[in-house]
Amino acid sequence: MTHETTVTDGRAQTTQGRKFKIRVERRLDTPAWWNILVPVVSIALALLFGAIFLKMTGYSPIKVYAIMFKDTFGTKYGITETLVKASPLLLSAVGVSIAFRMQLWNIGAEGQIYVGALAASWVALTFTGLPAYIMIPAMVLAAALAGGLWAFLGSAPRAIWGVNEIITTLMLNYIAIFCVEYFVYGPWRDPLSFLFPLSPMFPKSAWLPCFGNTRIHLGLVFGVVSALAVGLLLSRTKWGYEIRVIGENPDAARYSGMSISRNIILVMILSGAISGIAGMCEVSGIIHRLQAQVSAGYGYTAIIIAWLAKLHPIGIIIVSLLFGGLLVAGYSVQIYGIPADIATMLQGSLLFFVLGVEALARYRIRIIRSSPKPVQAQQAADDVAREIT
Amino acid sequence: MKFRRWTVLVCVITMLSVLTLGISGISAASDKMKVGFIYSSPVGDMGWAYEHNRGRLHLMEKLPYVETVYVENVPESSDAERVLTQLAEAGCKVIFACSFGYMDFVHSVATRYPDVIFMHNTGFKTAENVGIYFGRIYQARYLTGMVAGKMTESNLIGYVAAMPIPEVVRGINAFTLGVRSVNPKAKVKVVWTNTWYDPAREKDAAKSLIEAGCDVIAQHQNSPAPQQAAGEAGVYGIGYNTDMRQFAPNAVLTNPVWNWGPFYVDCVEAVRNGTWKSPYDYWGGLEDAVVDIGPYGPMVPEDVKELVIKKKSEIAQGKFKVFEGPIKDNKGVERVKPGQVMTDQELLSFDWFVEGVEGTLN
Repeated sequence: MTHETTVTDGRAQTTQGRKFKIRVERRLDTPAWWNILVPVVSIALALLFGAIFLKMTGYSPIKVYAIMFKDTFGTKYGITETLVKASPLLLSAVGVSIAFRMQLWNIGAEGQIYVGALAASWVALTFTGLPAYIMIPAMVLAAALAGGLWAFLGSAPRAIWGVNEIITTLMLNYIAIFCVEYFVYGPWRDPLSFLFPLSPMFPKSAWLPCFGNTRIHLGLVFGVVSALAVGLLLSRTKWGYEIRVIGENPDAARYSGMSISRNIILVMILSGAISGIAGMCEVSGIIHRLQAQVSAGYGYTAIIIAWLAKLHPIGIIIVSLLFGGLLVAGYSVQIYGIPADIATMLQGSLLFFVLGVEALARYRIRIIRSSPKPVQAQQAADDVAREIT
Repeated sequence: MKFRRWTVLVCVITMLSVLTLGISGISAASDKMKVGFIYSSPVGDMGWAYEHNRGRLHLMEKLPYVETVYVENVPESSDAERVLTQLAEAGCKVIFACSFGYMDFVHSVATRYPDVIFMHNTGFKTAENVGIYFGRIYQARYLTGMVAGKMTESNLIGYVAAMPIPEVVRGINAFTLGVRSVNPKAKVKVVWTNTWYDPAREKDAAKSLIEAGCDVIAQHQNSPAPQQAAGEAGVYGIGYNTDMRQFAPNAVLTNPVWNWGPFYVDCVEAVRNGTWKSPYDYWGGLEDAVVDIGPYGPMVPEDVKELVIKKKSEIAQGKFKVFEGPIKDNKGVERVKPGQVMTDQELLSFDWFVEGVEGTLN
């Protein structure tokens, strides 16, 4: 089952003068259950790392983790708030993941969220008389168009002149945020807000419906649906196939007649549209007005989520929930006198350990003694392999 | 392969059981009165939140029956509502929300927890269980303006300002009136950062003012970054919130400072004694020492300090009002007639600049 190629070949000598080789070998084939094992091990390592840090700074790791768990997944209110926090993360993570599949580095989800919020607010504040069943779809559409347009602006230079889209999409984030600031400080400022940068409240028809008494809004459904839709698009359609081929081997794609620049633009528009809807959900589902701060860095967190989930739609749903919980926990631990930075630190170490463990898991280390027969010690060192040569 | 699956299962079960065990041990009962604080920037901002946190520590020291919790760096968006709810759920009897942007969220949570008193800092809406509190920092700004007016040589003073809302506009106007009371030729140039707390942006704004020829940098920001910019460029500065001399010893002339501690003690005692009544609206000034002019740098001459001390006692005794006419706006139109004093209502909705301010309101 395990095939091996030698990547590096280290040599060392023991004090006894016995020769042996250390080989780092790449695994060409990993068993399917690794996709579960690697995240579980990484999360456990990240928690362990956090625990050491907490212990050293004088907190009880078990108590801190228990509080974090209780306030995010352990109570009804905690669960609903985790879902609220996860909604925009999920949508924008799905948005960036489709671009990443094509190796298009859309760093502009944050800006796409802002223009989506701006366009949705424009609909809500301009056509105040619309009934909800027209208002909400119109806001979604406006947000998707705006997000798509913003991503188009970022990707067109790449498609035409080969300009690096990391730079263009990133720079457009700031422009989007300044646009929103212009409107809330200027033309849309609520005369009743004492000059504070807030738009007037949206009419009730422009509020996304919530589930029961909670703050969970329809945005969560949008997120799950878009994750599944993008999953199907990539795995079941011709266009999805093209996206994957271009991502994995642009030359092969070009030889087989796929238009790369056309796909760059289309995929980025789709990617931006989904993030735009995330912005609409924040203003329509939570804030109910436009204000200078719409997103607390969701567009950037989404990039981490997409990577941790290895761009897999179901994975993105799970990791978004996990990160929603982590963000919520970051504030709630403070009520118990624990610094908020623990949540930020856990986020960082999660990414570090997932990437690290995954990279390590792709290789195996073997110690080969120069004695003709393999010995028991080798088996111990060769932790994960089952076939001994 | 079997073995490894078992390992994973055992690990997961162990983790879960440890968590469950921990949860049962969390709730530690206490008969102390719990008071919550929520800040929009970190308590280490060395400015706004730092001063509120100093007030919280003062409260704990003075009232042994009080236990406090705080949550810092909470954005003025969906997070605020959750954190306020969690503070109420954690058993807080009084919750101080220390930023204007929490207003809607405070009121929305307050209706769900009628037995909890919510105190909204810098706001303007009260309710049955929501009070508002603020200090007349503009009085202290007038005094610091006098110092700046005496010290400037270029007659151009820079002002790094957070947001064009009445609180900030009032501060700029009071400062400018103070400057021009001792130096009628001086002007105050305003740059907006549109953020309360972003050291990098605050510093850039200060630099742009210095390049425009300002030789004193005043600020309405939460961090000492503008003062650091002044220090690096070798010009003077007027800090804010707290004594900022340690960050730019050669630059900081003085600071308008907050002193929330005594107010927090009074307010919490009022809640405990049942004397807290709605509408609760506190707006204290120099007479309560909730605001003050901070320590001076060594470069400020004695005669300037004496001038300020004299004016300070006049304001504290009510003999001098900062916003007493005649006051013209910066387009030359007379807005307050001679002898007339602006009402608190007018001060709370200030939307024009006095003569001598260079800048626009959006």
